[in-house]
Amino acid sequence: MSKPLKQIHLAAHFPGVNSTTVWSDPAAGSQIDFDSFVHFARTAERAKFDFLFLAEGLRLREQGGEIYDLDVVGRPDTFTVLAALAAVTEHLGLTGTINSTFNEPYEVARQFASLDHLSGGRAAWNVVTSWDAFTGENFRRGGFLPREERYERAREFLDTAHELFDSWDGAEILADPVSGEFLRDAGPGAFAHRGKQFDISGHFNVPRSPQGRPVIFQAGDSHEGREFAAASADAIFGRYGTLDEGRAFYADVKGRLPRYGRTPDELKILPAATFVFGDTDAEARELAHEVRRLQVSGATAIKYLEHVWNRDLSGYDPDGPLPDVDPEPGENTIALGRASVRMNRDPVAVAREWRERAAAGGLSIRELVIETTARQSFVGSPLTVAQAIDALVQADAADGFILVPHLTPGGLDAFADTVVPLLQERGVFRREYEGPTLRDHLGLAAPRALAPVHG
Amino acid sequence: MPVHPSPSPASSPALHLAVALDGAGWHPAAWREPGADADRLFTAGYWAALVAEAEAGLLDFVTFEDSLSLQSTDPAGPDGRTDLVRGRLDAVLVAARVAPLSRHIGLVPSVVATHTEPFHVSKALATLDYVSRGRAGLRIQISERPDEVRHFGRRTAPLEPAELYGEAADHVEVVRRLWDSWEDDAEIRDVATGRFIDRTKLHYIDFEGPRFSVKGPSITPRPPQGLPPVSALASDATVYPFLARSADIGYVPAHDAGEIRSAVAALPGTPHLFGELTVFLDEQPAAAERRLQRLDAAHGAAYTSDAPVFAGTPAHLADLLLEGREAGLTGFRLRPGVHAHDLPAITRGLVPELQRRGAFRRAYEASSLRGLLGLPRPANRYAADPQAPAATASPAA
Repeated sequence: MSKPLKQIHLAAHFPGVNSTTVWSDPAAGSQIDFDSFVHFARTAERAKFDFLFLAEGLRLREQGGEIYDLDVVGRPDTFTVLAALAAVTEHLGLTGTINSTFNEPYEVARQFASLDHLSGGRAAWNVVTSWDAFTGENFRRGGFLPREERYERAREFLDTAHELFDSWDGAEILADPVSGEFLRDAGPGAFAHRGKQFDISGHFNVPRSPQGRPVIFQAGDSHEGREFAAASADAIFGRYGTLDEGRAFYADVKGRLPRYGRTPDELKILPAATFVFGDTDAEARELAHEVRRLQVSGATAIKYLEHVWNRDLSGYDPDGPLPDVDPEPGENTIALGRASVRMNRDPVAVAREWRERAAAGGLSIRELVIETTARQSFVGSPLTVAQAIDALVQADAADGFILVPHLTPGGLDAFADTVVPLLQERGVFRREYEGPTLRDHLGLAAPRALAPVHG
Repeated sequence: MPVHPSPSPASSPALHLAVALDGAGWHPAAWREPGADADRLFTAGYWAALVAEAEAGLLDFVTFEDSLSLQSTDPAGPDGRTDLVRGRLDAVLVAARVAPLSRHIGLVPSVVATHTEPFHVSKALATLDYVSRGRAGLRIQISERPDEVRHFGRRTAPLEPAELYGEAADHVEVVRRLWDSWEDDAEIRDVATGRFIDRTKLHYIDFEGPRFSVKGPSITPRPPQGLPPVSALASDATVYPFLARSADIGYVPAHDAGEIRSAVAALPGTPHLFGELTVFLDEQPAAAERRLQRLDAAHGAAYTSDAPVFAGTPAHLADLLLEGREAGLTGFRLRPGVHAHDLPAITRGLVPELQRRGAFRRAYEASSLRGLLGLPRPANRYAADPQAPAATASPAA
């Protein structure tokens, strides 16, 4: 007996602010105008995707003391654009990345509960943390967290938000004009949270939303990140889109769930993935190379190298060999505001490794950067891409993928028109939405409510 | 002022009209009225229908009430009542949700400055301006409520209004600087040099105040209106310094001509002063009074408010509004006593009455809220061109 086929989950990441987007393409539209979001969301919904995903940034990146000007810059406010998108879609889930460091639980909980009401149960929250003083300069709290406290705050932030979401059980509102009772009892919304990060109490002022709570997403690859996800997330952004790494991550994270009284179905693993199509595999590979050249200009390659070298490399020729000087030691001050500067490893070792790789392949700076940053997960004809996605999901390397096109806003259109029908023919992707809420799309049960506080 | 297609006496510019939306209406018993849809207050459809009605009446804008605590008759905390509407959705999100469903009307959510981050508020309102294509406005308010302080746990009550209004003025200043922190043409997409933006057209705002400091620039480019209009309630004279510094529109509780004239005299630089009035409208004067009495009886108490209460005919209300205009008001923000009844009475009774008198538009004459209010799009305060129209020409900038 073979296993029944797993159903694939697909989502669309609006290609915002980074070097993934090829803004120089004549077909590239605005990353700000609402029309772009409407086009992108409607394509995702036409393709029956689970959800649309928005990333977040709270300070413009800088390099060498200046605002970084080579990539797309400028993005809208997450909550506001998702609420507007709820008006032009019916089923598509709406997932927003919201930072738990520069927000307060009461306000974020009421924004997500409001979004869930206003979308009829389609809201999801990707909980992220930030700890840098650089971003903190835009906020009242001003400061930041010691790095080791960031998961602690995130965990307590999420717990507190759950207490707020659960402070109404959904049966409070009678709205009976005859008896004059709007509420069944006098105490809805009562909450009290006393912890190290938050000491708050009172009454939450948004009634329970259609999903009870938004769907919770979490990203992060560290032990703490994996534990956090296993304990409290509905979905995790996997980091690994390849078979072996994906399977190892999948097995590890799903293996942590029983510890928290949860089953493997209660946490979906969805890596981000890019894709490039052509009519044939060969044509796709050619196109993929062209996209990489557009994503990594000579100037971009030099800036990328500066992240590791931690010094000004503007005098180097991007078509020439790698610098023979070593990286500047100490704290990286050249690149500020990047989500993942490659500083977790010893920069001197990275530089040595890259030099060896460039020498062995006869690669220029630009060619080396194109190689080391290769992140085109799926390249090929539509059939090749459909088979690759399906194979990874059936092999338990993922439950699905969050697709990041390289073009705004039309980069998803071809996927919707070609790959999705192939997946539907294979019986591994829905032809119609099964229910109205994002929990329905993801196959997640209604959340188990905490015991309410009475007050 | 904009050129109106309708005939109007040269000395009497057309009135501006806004409605304030909250729950089922402003009377505490409004939710019990026929058609009130009280079981739908937390749905998008409910709010979309109200905004569509207001837009059909060619109103300038709607405001959405909000707060960071449960509604209460007790200023210190929840009152434990079960007979009144309790619970509210976030006003910015409600405004954003209805924006794609409307085309002309301004959308003005309320934001509490006391516990919020100006950086977040600035990008949220800029985004509301993008998704509405230039129809966003901001109504800013403070909160002294001790229960609200406990919802955030970062400060201690009691909070003094004077300090809170000072903080709110800083909040608005930061929000506006962030809107200006991108020049309009900062995005260049210059393929030849590989630059997406011209970084010399992005600006640090470097705000330093007693309550917060903000570096900038915004992550969201300058909104379509440049600076969306900011409004606030002119509840009494102590608020005037805040209004003078921070508001494009002040809402003045219009109890009598004397109060209006003193507000007008005290706020010469505020582009718009709107009268604030709760209204119960019926074609027969006695019917409006009887309806108000019936609502009061259902509620068990006479309705009182921080704004004057009007019960009467649309024609009588039109007289009152035109008197307000004579006293120096440029418009009114009307609070419908019962949305289901009094909002259509405004759009289908009052508006035609004002149109007959040449005192209200017959078609939308502009596509932005600034355009409807006759406010020019302000120059960017950081733009380098010294010949550019001075941003200081309007108090809005």
